Amino acid sequence: MSDVILKVDDLRTYFNTDDGIVKAVDGVSFDLKKGEMLGIVGESGSGKSVTNLSLMKLIPSPPGKIMSGTAMLDGEDIFKMNDSEIRKLRGNRIGMIFQDPMTSLNPFLRISTQMIETIVLHQGKDKDAARERAVEMLEMVGIPNPEARINDYPHQFSGGMRQRVMIAMALSCDPEILIADEPTSALDVTIQAQIIEVMQALCRKLNTAVIMITHDLGVVAGICDTVCVMYAGRIVEKGSNDEIFKDPKHPYTQGLIKSVPRLDQPTKERLYSIEGQPPNVIDLPECCPFHPRCEKAMDKCKNTYPPLKVFGDGREVRCWLYEEEK
Amino acid sequence: MADNTLLEVKNLKMHFPIEDGAIFKKQVGAIRAIDGIDFHIEKGETLGLVGESGCGKSTTARCIAQLHKPTGGEVLFNGVDLCGASEHDLLQARKGIQMVFQDPYASLNPRMTAGNIIAEPMIIYRQRRMLEISKKEISNRVEDLMEKVGLNRHFKNRYPHEFSGGQRQRIGVARALALNPKLILADEPVSALDVSIQSQILNLLGDLQKEFDLTFLFIAHDLAVIQHISTRVAVMYLGKIVEIAKAEELYKKPLHPYTEALMSAVPIPDPDVERNRKRIILTGDVPSPDKERFGCYFYDRCPKKMEYCKTNIPQLKTIDGKHQVACFLHGK
Repeated sequence: MSDVILKVDDLRTYFNTDDGIVKAVDGVSFDLKKGEMLGIVGESGSGKSVTNLSLMKLIPSPPGKIMSGTAMLDGEDIFKMNDSEIRKLRGNRIGMIFQDPMTSLNPFLRISTQMIETIVLHQGKDKDAARERAVEMLEMVGIPNPEARINDYPHQFSGGMRQRVMIAMALSCDPEILIADEPTSALDVTIQAQIIEVMQALCRKLNTAVIMITHDLGVVAGICDTVCVMYAGRIVEKGSNDEIFKDPKHPYTQGLIKSVPRLDQPTKERLYSIEGQPPNVIDLPECCPFHPRCEKAMDKCKNTYPPLKVFGDGREVRCWLYEEEK
Repeated sequence: MADNTLLEVKNLKMHFPIEDGAIFKKQVGAIRAIDGIDFHIEKGETLGLVGESGCGKSTTARCIAQLHKPTGGEVLFNGVDLCGASEHDLLQARKGIQMVFQDPYASLNPRMTAGNIIAEPMIIYRQRRMLEISKKEISNRVEDLMEKVGLNRHFKNRYPHEFSGGQRQRIGVARALALNPKLILADEPVSALDVSIQSQILNLLGDLQKEFDLTFLFIAHDLAVIQHISTRVAVMYLGKIVEIAKAEELYKKPLHPYTEALMSAVPIPDPDVERNRKRIILTGDVPSPDKERFGCYFYDRCPKKMEYCKTNIPQLKTIDGKHQVACFLHGK
């Protein structure tokens, strides 16, 4: 148990809107071990990003509010920290990479200014030492000629290079956790392959735990150790990478895996598709949110939310199908 | 084979000028978005067009529909060259070519109802007196089309913001079908959609193709999607087509080093396969298409480059039957 560095328990983040309360994240729990790569998959609106923004306390409030839950990082609850404690955490112990590298870098400042600021602030190094560290990081992520490139502005880099700069910046303070929110979704496949390789190699080397948020099942299959599948604000299935893909238990996970066309198994038949739309998370009734789209829906699913079924080895499913004996 | 060709593109070029000068603008260069491509599409087939961003896929579709006036080359639709056609001929031909766009949020007018959006092409062609249809018939046809694409006909008076992304894309498809087109240019129609919705739209397009005998030019950057939907596939890089072949053949035996690298870079949702795969990781980025090139366009990133490639431009050559590739490694 000692190697669990982040323990999130029953996180609920709600947004107050004119139409009602949006339960974006509604009871999410997971553990992150040291050096582990945790993948969070789900469709848009399933609460993947909000979960992770909550962990950094970056939810705009109002309208958003973390209603309940704890996130224990080394025995300290992130949600109970005050602003100055949180500032010490962000960028230092938890690094973050966002989807769009152009909007997450300041276009007016040189890369050097942005990187050195972080290092000076968190590591207490002087400017020259910080610059050295920044150059070293840029070299590690594979930016050619880093001594010169560090003085460039963000627009002088291509999309893939910018994402490398983001990775270098996020890892420059040796964080224990790296949160990567759709880091490759805005990139082309050949560039995506480069970025994933860099991220994977570097995080393994520095022994950084990664929370990887993505909608691309292929990316998850390639690099993650553990996978959480989210639907309508909750984790519906959790397990090791192999188990999730080989033996998906939740009908949603099964459908998701079946509905992706695969390069190595071409078929000219109709694709399997999950009918219907993801639910609106405003005022969801007490039911399994997947039941209107589920092929195996039973009467029970319409009335009560399925409890957590634990199979051991970190395998968890929330579905009534596995609760027959009661 | 010649009779069966619906669209033929010959040496198509689209260069966007780069201008400089504060008062007197002069052209200082050109972005060579498409730099001489040739292909044809046969009736009833789906030609998939893949490539990375900036390689000219969308520009190709727009040039075919004549939304951009190409700098050079010919676009023959049913034997008529659209680039040199009179306005009347062009409008007539365009009735047979319709587009579906990538972003279902940006491609529908937020101030029009779904019904009006789908009816608009028919109303316009009616005003031009190129389509004989009464207002009543238009209204009936809109309802039919909505049912065909899987939308409830009672949603006719709703506005786009009331629909989800997948439903909006269905409205876009219905609009494209309104004029009974022969050819549909689908520009990344599923890229903005979630996985579970993506497969719904792919199935819908497949069904409609069978029902209305449609021909597709299907643009996507996702190779797995292209493989699923296409009869033949063309791979583009930096404004050039580097390889065209039957889908099965291309995926089984990619000949061009770029196609090989592209395929090996696609993540596959299976941990076992992922662990044992050999990846070809290309170095560098796609170069900017703003200068004229005298060697192979892929030279800078090619893992198999030779000295010869630096100074000679490979042409598309046919190798065993119908597999065309533009690379000096093949077909000497």
